[in-house]
Amino acid sequence: MGMRETYTQELIRLAEKDPRICVLDADLQVGHATKPFQNRFPDRYFNVGVAEANMVGIAAGLSAGGKIPFAETFGCFAARRAFDQFFLSGNYARQHVKLLGSDPGVTAEYNGGTHMPLEDLAMMRVIPNLVIVSPADPAALKGLMEQIAYHPGCVYLRMPRKAEQTVYPDGTEFTLGKAKVLREGKDVTLAATGFVMVPQALKTAELLAARGIEASVLDFHTIKPLDHELLAEYARRTGRVVTMENHQIIGGLGGAVAESLGAHEPTPLLRLGVDERFGQVGTIDFLMDDYGLTAERMIEKIVPFLEKRR
Amino acid sequence: MDGAEKKRLEEKAKQIRKDTIEMIGRLGVGHIGGSMSLVEILTLLYYREMKVDPQNPRKEDRDKLVLSKGHAGPALYAILADKGFFPREWLLTLNAGGTRLPSHCDMNLTPGIDMTTGSLGQGLSAAIGLALANRIDNREERIFAVIGDGESNEGQIWEAAMAASHYKLNNLIAFTDANKMQIDGYTSDVMDLLDLRAKWESFGWFAQEVDGHDIGALSQALERAKGEKERPSMIVAHTIKGKGCSFAEGVLSNHNMVYDYDQAKEAMAALG
Repeated sequence: MGMRETYTQELIRLAEKDPRICVLDADLQVGHATKPFQNRFPDRYFNVGVAEANMVGIAAGLSAGGKIPFAETFGCFAARRAFDQFFLSGNYARQHVKLLGSDPGVTAEYNGGTHMPLEDLAMMRVIPNLVIVSPADPAALKGLMEQIAYHPGCVYLRMPRKAEQTVYPDGTEFTLGKAKVLREGKDVTLAATGFVMVPQALKTAELLAARGIEASVLDFHTIKPLDHELLAEYARRTGRVVTMENHQIIGGLGGAVAESLGAHEPTPLLRLGVDERFGQVGTIDFLMDDYGLTAERMIEKIVPFLEKRR
Repeated sequence: MDGAEKKRLEEKAKQIRKDTIEMIGRLGVGHIGGSMSLVEILTLLYYREMKVDPQNPRKEDRDKLVLSKGHAGPALYAILADKGFFPREWLLTLNAGGTRLPSHCDMNLTPGIDMTTGSLGQGLSAAIGLALANRIDNREERIFAVIGDGESNEGQIWEAAMAASHYKLNNLIAFTDANKMQIDGYTSDVMDLLDLRAKWESFGWFAQEVDGHDIGALSQALERAKGEKERPSMIVAHTIKGKGCSFAEGVLSNHNMVYDYDQAKEAMAALG
């Protein structure tokens, strides 16, 4: 099952037992596969048309009226188009708007530079107390959806819609704000987030192991609040940290990790991601190679980084 | 509405104007223009129409108001204080550090405020969300919203206009405080809104136009709006920015105006 099917299935599961759960789309119901929710709960589903600002504003009003609204749109529009509405009517007003920004970064593929959110995490991270979630696979999403729904505040959820993959066994338990350790290694910590980069981090660890370098791999499925304790522990243990994200290296996971290490555990850090470039069209394979997000491309930077520090 | 009731509400409106002029005057600066123009609208709603409970501001079965032009908070604060939502002394804390009464409406600070507003254009969407929530819960309570004519430059207002009519939200009654001015000048010069009633009607609303300082006319329009079964209602209230504040009425610079307590006292005395 893909991410969007899991998302909708979880929404229906939650809505079956809680009449407060509502869902809103902005003319992307087809894209997010939320039709089954509408079929099951027609009174609690609203498609507002191509009007993301209004969608988030209505979601805030539903929240003020006692509901738990989930609103979906592409991440580019969730962050860039509806930012003020999410910031003010949602977060500042202390409402409980759950906003899905889908198809982050390179997963936007053929929709290209206009639709390729490489800055949404940076924008969202500055909102006080917002929770930001970036699951690596359907099992992680499933393990976090109920906590997202019942977190007393707004949540930004970042994930692709269509792809399928398995990082975690179904039924794995997750806790918002607590990163997952996927691999133990003493030489370097690979801190990754999201559907695209967590598998690449695991692959990178394999490639490093073949060169005799043992990497720990951490999955930051929650970017805010960041798991400072686990990060500091692994930074101490390995002495070097590499961040991996499908996002600008400014302001996202790399920025969060740099801030955290700077404050708690100063450690040499290499931030990998998109560096001062806009999005573009292409297949995900092309885009990952072009932006240097594949394990093979990342190794090219990690090995010199580790050698320089030895 | 009989003559005695109209007189009662007019007296209330006068008192609210005085309290608002004083509140801002003691501070020395504030949004006097847009606070004066909607006094009759808010007076009609809070002293005659809306089901609210000052002792229990978050009571579930209450009518709600979204003051989308959140900078007119001071006029609403004067009403909420008068009704007993919070002590009158709070009115003198407007915009003081740590106050419960900020320049723009904040539902988490001020008892009786139903939605946080301030970034223009957002409140009508929130009002739609509140109206939808009531519909989901089969609640009869109504949602009221007040937007500005200058605020209607915002595209989100028209996104909301489409949505409210699409969802046939007859439990939503909105007012436009059409005071014909915005920060940079007359609305007709800055960004001409042309025929607002026609616009709302074309968006599928039951739209009316009234003298926004005539409580009797406002009340009749409200009664007609309440009778509407299929559509959301927009009452375009033609008003005067700064109405009733002698030194501010109709003055283009009255949006966020500097004046002192002496000027305030003169204006309050002039109201009688």
